[in-house]
Amino acid sequence: MSTRIFGSGIRRREDPRLITGSATYTDDLTLPRMVHAAMLRSPHAHARITAIDTSKAAAAPGVIAVYTHADTEGGLQPAPCAWLLPDSDLKIASYHCLAKDVVRFAGDIVAVVVAESRYQAEDALELIDVGYEPLPAVTDPEAAAAEGAPKLHDEIDGNQAFHWKVAGGDVDAAFAGADVVVKDRIVQQRLIPNAMEPRAALASFVGATGELTVWNTTQNPHIVRFLTSLVLGLSEDKIRVIAPEVGGGFGSKIAAYPADFLTMFCSRKLNRPVKWTETRSENYQSTTHGRDHVQHVELAAKNDGTVLGLRCTVHAGMGAYLSTAAPGIPTILHGLMLSGVYTLPAVHEDVYGVYTNGVPVEAYRGAGRPEATFMLERMMDVLAARLDMDPADVRRKNMIPKFDDGHEVVTTLKYDSGDYPGALDKVLSHADYAGLRAKQKAGPANGTYTGLGLATYVEICGLGPSQVAGAIGFQGGLWESAIVRFHPSGKVHVFIGASPHGQGEETTFAQIVGSELGVDPQDVKVFHGDTDNTPMGWGTYGSRTTAVGGAALALTARKIRDKAKVIAAHLLEAAVEDMDYEDGKFFVKGAPDQSKTIGDIALMANVAWNMPEGVEAGLEASTFYDPPNFTFPFGAHLAVVEVDAETGAVALKRYVALDDCGPQINPVIVEGQVHGGVVQGVGQALWEEAVYDEGGQLVTGSMLDYALPRADLLPDIEVLSTVTPSPHHPLGVKGIGEAGTIASTAAVYNAVMDALRPLGVTSVRMPLTPERVWQAIQDARQAKG
Amino acid sequence: MYAPDFAYYRADSVAEIGRLLRAHPGAKVLAGGHSLIPLLKLRLAAPPALIDIGRVAELKGIAVADGRVRIGALTTHAEIAASSDVARHAPALAAAAGVIGDPAVRNRGTIGGNVAHADPASDLPTVLLALGASFAVATDDGERTIPAGKFFQGMMATALGDHDVVTAIDVPAAPGGQGQAYEKFSHPASRYAVIGVAATVELRGETVGNVAVALGGLVPAAVRTGSVEQALSGRAPSAEAIAGAAAAVSNDLGDDLIGDIYASAEYRRAMAPVCVKRALTAALKQASVADAPAARSPWWKPSWL
Ligand SMILES: Cc1cc2nc3c(=O)[nH]c(=O)nc-3n(C[C@H](O)[C@H](O)[C@H](O)COP(=O)(O)OP(=O)(O)OC[C@H]3O[C@@H](n4cnc5c(N)ncnc54)[C@H](O)[C@@H]3O)c2cc1C
Repeated sequence: MSTRIFGSGIRRREDPRLITGSATYTDDLTLPRMVHAAMLRSPHAHARITAIDTSKAAAAPGVIAVYTHADTEGGLQPAPCAWLLPDSDLKIASYHCLAKDVVRFAGDIVAVVVAESRYQAEDALELIDVGYEPLPAVTDPEAAAAEGAPKLHDEIDGNQAFHWKVAGGDVDAAFAGADVVVKDRIVQQRLIPNAMEPRAALASFVGATGELTVWNTTQNPHIVRFLTSLVLGLSEDKIRVIAPEVGGGFGSKIAAYPADFLTMFCSRKLNRPVKWTETRSENYQSTTHGRDHVQHVELAAKNDGTVLGLRCTVHAGMGAYLSTAAPGIPTILHGLMLSGVYTLPAVHEDVYGVYTNGVPVEAYRGAGRPEATFMLERMMDVLAARLDMDPADVRRKNMIPKFDDGHEVVTTLKYDSGDYPGALDKVLSHADYAGLRAKQKAGPANGTYTGLGLATYVEICGLGPSQVAGAIGFQGGLWESAIVRFHPSGKVHVFIGASPHGQGEETTFAQIVGSELGVDPQDVKVFHGDTDNTPMGWGTYGSRTTAVGGAALALTARKIRDKAKVIAAHLLEAAVEDMDYEDGKFFVKGAPDQSKTIGDIALMANVAWNMPEGVEAGLEASTFYDPPNFTFPFGAHLAVVEVDAETGAVALKRYVALDDCGPQINPVIVEGQVHGGVVQGVGQALWEEAVYDEGGQLVTGSMLDYALPRADLLPDIEVLSTVTPSPHHPLGVKGIGEAGTIASTAAVYNAVMDALRPLGVTSVRMPLTPERVWQAIQDARQAKG
Repeated sequence: MYAPDFAYYRADSVAEIGRLLRAHPGAKVLAGGHSLIPLLKLRLAAPPALIDIGRVAELKGIAVADGRVRIGALTTHAEIAASSDVARHAPALAAAAGVIGDPAVRNRGTIGGNVAHADPASDLPTVLLALGASFAVATDDGERTIPAGKFFQGMMATALGDHDVVTAIDVPAAPGGQGQAYEKFSHPASRYAVIGVAATVELRGETVGNVAVALGGLVPAAVRTGSVEQALSGRAPSAEAIAGAAAAVSNDLGDDLIGDIYASAEYRRAMAPVCVKRALTAALKQASVADAPAARSPWWKPSWL
């Protein structure tokens, strides 16, 4: 493999079009005869619809149609939930695209208006009269599961969407035999994903052909196509879904949404192109949110710090309906990761998925793993504090030793490879942890307390073996595909089933082809995101695109190499067994001067004037790659914070991130992914929260109140890495998209609690706003007397 | 975010703004648009007409004359923050303008729009109050001048009438030796002030002379805190004296404190003395070094010359 291309930090080829504004997003598209949809959303978190009068709106200037639930009967099925979690008593409530009789969150769609312009559609929304009979609402997952809570769905008792368990080892014995048990109640607050591009769909149904084309800002166009065929009752071959430029997703563009289906429905009804783009306010009140766990955690250990068992109960708020992949997030992607980087002899977790009067909760960067990592890493620090040990020592004591070909943990997952102590040690020495601790011992200066926070993690990426997908109820496969096509000039087109939307695979995938076949990455163009001209694939999420799609691509390139070798042997009049290959050149062993380049072969294969007997023309191959296992990236992060005890303000002073994603195809892109991921995790620790009031109104309804991370509030992030290849991946690579988010929330939270330890504070609800920290300090002072 | 329908007019002179306002009852002037446009897009305001004043040249620029800095109403926050005249004669104003929102907001938002909008979480009303600024206003029957102390009347309420347009803001140049500071506790999302404190202090020998302290973010309109000013004036500027004076701010907060999900009224009440203390400390630091006499500058020197 050429190290020149693989591993070089070449610039992202995506960036020139993105930063010059030449990229084409869904909302940039205009079709002849196109009209605009706007959604009337419920202002109530929970209410019975007593009447809807659309007559005034229908008569308003420019209005073409107004539809309510009654109009969609027979033409539109509910938005499906596609992760049918087994053994969990899963109860799926119908998620009607237009609310039927009852609205269940502020943002549920009640009517859709189609008009000549978006302004006219918005004006007409104000003319629709809806009679609501408000019902009591509940948005907190624990409260929603409690006796007497308002009931969301008549047919579902206790608002319980599912009850899922993971158990391994003898947890009762572990707790019975423990010297110490530490506990905490942790709230993983509800977060808003905030992709830069809001969601949008442009649907064009052509009655004469019966074909529907949909431009949709999605992470997985093939899944959208499949679900559309179910929801609209159209044959899958008549549907084309295109994800043009997609401005980020972070999980919020996995789901296929009611508003998307409604846009398609309107186009089909009207036989005209219909476009809908949500406003940022709509994004906040209807595009899926993340996290929303209330976790009760207990950790049992011996006096020397050896961990014996973990026991937890989680109430996971699912929102009013189950979004496309929602049930798998707080369960499979969460509970199975509870062993972390440690030798954990016993675990038991109950996860209750709970319907609440909020926006549906889905995957959000990290999806289940940050919530698991936080629980475990927080408890490690609580245990260290209880035993008066250093948090690094407690971790090291329990870590799984270095392994490079498989390690099975108590949750039955088989980690691929890891060197967890190595990662931790590298971070500690880079940061001069001992020196930082010594400085901290000197005590606070001017009321400013310093804290150090560690988080080590392992995550599950590269989702995943399709057989496992089936076993865990995921209603699809999890393989990926790639086609590599050489043109006569030696230039290459690559078609992939995955759907990158900002991560940079147009660059890294060109690097894979470049390094496998000795072509300049500039000569490799990567196509994705169009169901009509890319092979089937399952989408970009779960840090799987390179881990699965990248493997498909590497294997495809190797098939091309094999064919090229046969052609080269023929042209050089040698036996195939005598051929050698290096850096894009094929030659007879020992005679590298006489060689054929991959470009020579591409030309010959395409003109086919002189091909070996029985070899087809063309230089093209494809692979459908179903991974044998998941991949398990890991790392160790360290945060250094200062807390101003007078105000409670927290300042993040230093951040060190070590992430091991295996060999790095492009270290600059890896670093970018780490930066973005870390920042989103820090956001959860310090700033972000979707807040509903008592009545279920979203109080943080815009960026004026929902605090996103800002550059000036962050230090430079010190990015380190180690390289532990995955033994089962053709390139050894693991995945990096979510790593930063998975560790950073816990690292920063632990650092703040470390700073507050001398003040007697042990727990503060996230985000750690100045007021909350200040209040905790006051409360601790009072408790001390 | 789609604004309701409105008519759009553009004025080229102050006189024309007045004419258009009289001709279109309920119309609003549009300056930088960074407060008005969000209200329209959220459909919280629906004026029948907007009068764009963005090209009225006579409303732009910064000049120093007669011991005061005159700032045209259309001057942007970024221009104020970058002005050497403002930095020299009204450093607290320069500091406050430099911490408004983010670069985009500072490049579009104007001082006239900021004071006319009178958001209690704004930075400029607070600092203009402490500096004793006054507002030149074009009215139906000519010009009038409103002192800052009379201008801000409540939550988004000012002394401006329906047809009044702020044309300029006059800020007295800092007397020699005066120290100024602006202390801001920013909201992490909006960047507006959760608490803003502007302070000016003068030293007389070993003791503190004139003191002015104004508060923003705490109560519905920016206010001076006389209790703090009196408590510090005439005292030696020790850390204890500053802390003691700052604590007196509680007397001036009343019962109508602002609170929200980010910072409750109780928390703001507890933080007010902390922010006042920090503002006074910073201002005193400047006072001890800034003892040059106020510069005499030529009459009307616009910043672009
Ligand atoms: C994201 C964001 C963050 C912000 N953060 C801060 C902050 O930290 N601190 C802060 O102080 N402000 C902040 N602002 C507000 C910003 O400073 C605005 O620009 C300012 O408040 C209004 O100025 P404008 O020129 O944009 O006025 P416009 O929005 O154009 O007008 C505002 C109001 O004033 C009226 N008006 C405008 N000019 C005049 C005039 N000359 N005479 C009479 N009436 C007039 C208009 O009719 C309207 O009612 C923020 C705004 C945004 C969008």
